[in-house]
Order: sequence, then C-alpha cells, then structure tokens
Amino acid sequence: MAAAAQPSEKSDGLVFHPMDQFIVEPLFGSGPIHWYTVTNVTLWMGLSVVALVLVMLVGTSKRALVPGRAQSIGELAYGFVHKMVEDVAGREAVPYFPYIMTLFMFIVLSNFLGLLPMSFTTTSHIAVTAVMAIAVFLSVTVLGFVKNGVGFFSLFWISSAPLALRPALALIEIISYFVRPVSHSIRLAGNMMAGHAVIKVFAAFAGVALISPLSVVAITAMYALETLVSFIQAYVFAILTCVYLKDALHPHH
Amino acid sequence: MAASTDQVSSKCIDGYGSAIGMPQLCGDWMANQIFWLVVTLVIIFLILSRIALPRIAEVLADRQSTITNYLTASEELKSKAEEAERAYTQALNDARSEASRLLDASKAEMKKELQAAINKADAEISVKVGESEKSIAEIRKNAMASIEKVAKDTAKEIVVALGAKADAKTINAAVSSKMKG
Repeated sequence: MAAAAQPSEKSDGLVFHPMDQFIVEPLFGSGPIHWYTVTNVTLWMGLSVVALVLVMLVGTSKRALVPGRAQSIGELAYGFVHKMVEDVAGREAVPYFPYIMTLFMFIVLSNFLGLLPMSFTTTSHIAVTAVMAIAVFLSVTVLGFVKNGVGFFSLFWISSAPLALRPALALIEIISYFVRPVSHSIRLAGNMMAGHAVIKVFAAFAGVALISPLSVVAITAMYALETLVSFIQAYVFAILTCVYLKDALHPHH
Repeated sequence: MAASTDQVSSKCIDGYGSAIGMPQLCGDWMANQIFWLVVTLVIIFLILSRIALPRIAEVLADRQSTITNYLTASEELKSKAEEAERAYTQALNDARSEASRLLDASKAEMKKELQAAINKADAEISVKVGESEKSIAEIRKNAMASIEKVAKDTAKEIVVALGAKADAKTINAAVSSKMKG
C-alpha cells in the first residue's frame, strides 16, 4: 500500500481499523459484556429514544394548527408511514400502523444518529436487524394463520399458474418466504456496515498528505450517499414489512 | 475508535483493542444488543402508540376539519356574494330601464311643450306679419301720394322754368296718368 513509501511505517503510519467502530464496549469501566451491561449500544439506542421524544413529543406538544418545523417533521413522518401502510397493505392494515411506525422511526433515527462522527450505529449489527426481521416474520406469519386459517397456504399455491407448475412454484414460494427474514435483516445491516466501513477506510487514507484531498472528497461523497442510504434503508425495511403484512392479510394472489 | 489497550481482550477484540473479524458476528455481544433493542423498541412503541400518534392524528383531524369548515364558510360567503351581485345587477337594470323611461317621458313632454311654444310663436308671428303688411301698405300708399304730389309740383316747376304757362289741372292729370302707367 501507500504506507510502504513511508519510513515511519513501523510505528503506526497507515492503519486500517474500519471495523473497530462496530465494537460493543461497556460504557462504565471494562469487563465482560453481559446481556444487562450498559454499553454503547444502550447509549445510542437511548439517544434514538431521546431523538424520538424530541421530534414526536416535544415537537408536537403545541398541537399547532399551523405546524412549526419540529411538528412538521413529526407530521411528515406520520403521514409518510401512514400512507405507506395504507397504500401497500390496504386499509385493514391500519391497526398495525403503530408497529410499523415503531420500526421505521427506530431505524431511521438510529441510521441518522450513526452518521454522527464517533457514533455507534446500532442498525449496522445483524443481531439488531435480525431480531426486528424475525419479529416481523413471526408476527406476520402468525397473523396470516389467525386471519385466514389454512387459507394462508394459498399464498404458496398460485392458482393463476398452470396446474402442472404449481408444485414447483409452491416450493419456490415457500423457500422465498423463509428467506425473507434473512434478506430483510442483512439488507439493512449490510448497507449500514458497508457504508460506515468504507468511510473509515477513506479516512485512514487521509493520513497520507498526497492523497488526503482526494480522501476528503471521497468521504464527503460517501457521506452524502450514506445520508441517502440511511433514509432509503429505513424506508425499504418499513415497506417490506408492509408487503409481508399485505401477504398475511390477503394471501390470495 | 480504537479501544484502549487496557481493555480486556476477548475472542472478538485483540490485545490492541481492535476488532477481530466482524464485530457483527461476535456472539458474546448479541444478548446485550438484543436486550437493549427490545427495551428500546418497547419504549418507542409505548411513546408512539400512547402519546405521539394519537396526538398527531388529532392535530391532523383538527386541521382537516378546520379546513373543511373554512371551505364551507367560504362556499357560503361565495354564494352570498353571488346573491348580492345578482341583486345589484337587478337593481342596476331596473334603474337603467327606469331612467330610460323617465328620459323618454321627459323627452315627449319637452317635445309637446316645444311644439306648443312653436305654434304660439307662429301665431304671434303671423299676427305681427299681418300688422306689418298693413302698415307697409299704409306707408306705401302715403308714399305714393307724397311722390305724386312731389312729382306734380316738380313738373309744374319744370314747366314754369321752361317758360311755359302751366295749367295745374292738365299737369296733374298728365302726372297721374304717367304714374299709373
């Protein structure tokens, strides 16, 4: 690498630790991390709750007829997710709107908080996104059987296809159904992790004076992209949840 | 954010505090993340479903109803304005026709008055003309008489001047006949 040209390579000239930003560490002291240990995960999830309170509670506390800035953001988020649930999953899905809103707000706030320098991105961890994806998968599946009974299996039995093809299609449908939580969770965690790691790699290059301007430009560009990705991935997670919910409510193709 | 070296190294962190492999795949940390995630999601859900979402829904509904109220009010005002405009146009048309009626009436009256005045003036003028003609005739008669007398006298004087003996009766008769001719 470029570090080979540096004579002071032996100390720590150009070190890449792009994954160190994802380390979970205790906030107070050091020691083993138990499930109850207060860690940087706790801190940044707590900050997302603080952000949520600021946007959705403090901002809307005036209940102004003509909204101010903060209230507009809260109303926009509400209208955005509400319309998404209604458009994608139908009117019967509106009772489940608070759950989807919870997921969306948590993801979007965590993603944006993760963009702050020195921050910890909770949504870049597969453990976090997998729990949410599995929760969505299980609740949607249970809901499908509760609402439709055995009729939920018609989701896999595509009646519009020729009869001979249906068993093969059913197999594909079942496999794709069970792959859903995997893709659902890895998409979000992977996007967040990759973007942040790339920014860190570019940042490490900034230590070399010759290419540091390029590095700064690259970081800026990546940061802009990550801002976009932060929103889009939250949107994608929420809209896929709506799609799965729609399948549970209306399994017939 | 490389952790300090005094941190206990585990199977996910090396002696320098750097991550070994992907921290995402470190099993030791997952229970912690899942626990705090569940806590966070429950808190967010409670905040949203108990307070924030009903409040925003209420605000949006209030705004919608306010807008609807204003719209119906404006609809009402608009119809009122249209009503007023219709009444105004009606009144304007009435006033116009009334004005033209009055105008016609006064025109006719004025014409009548004018005609009467013209007639009266014509009558007066014809009377005056008759009188004038009479007086002109008088004046002409007088003038004729005067001219005849002057002519006779002049003729007499001329005859005398010519040295002839003038017979007044003959001269008078001659002048009279000449003047008539």
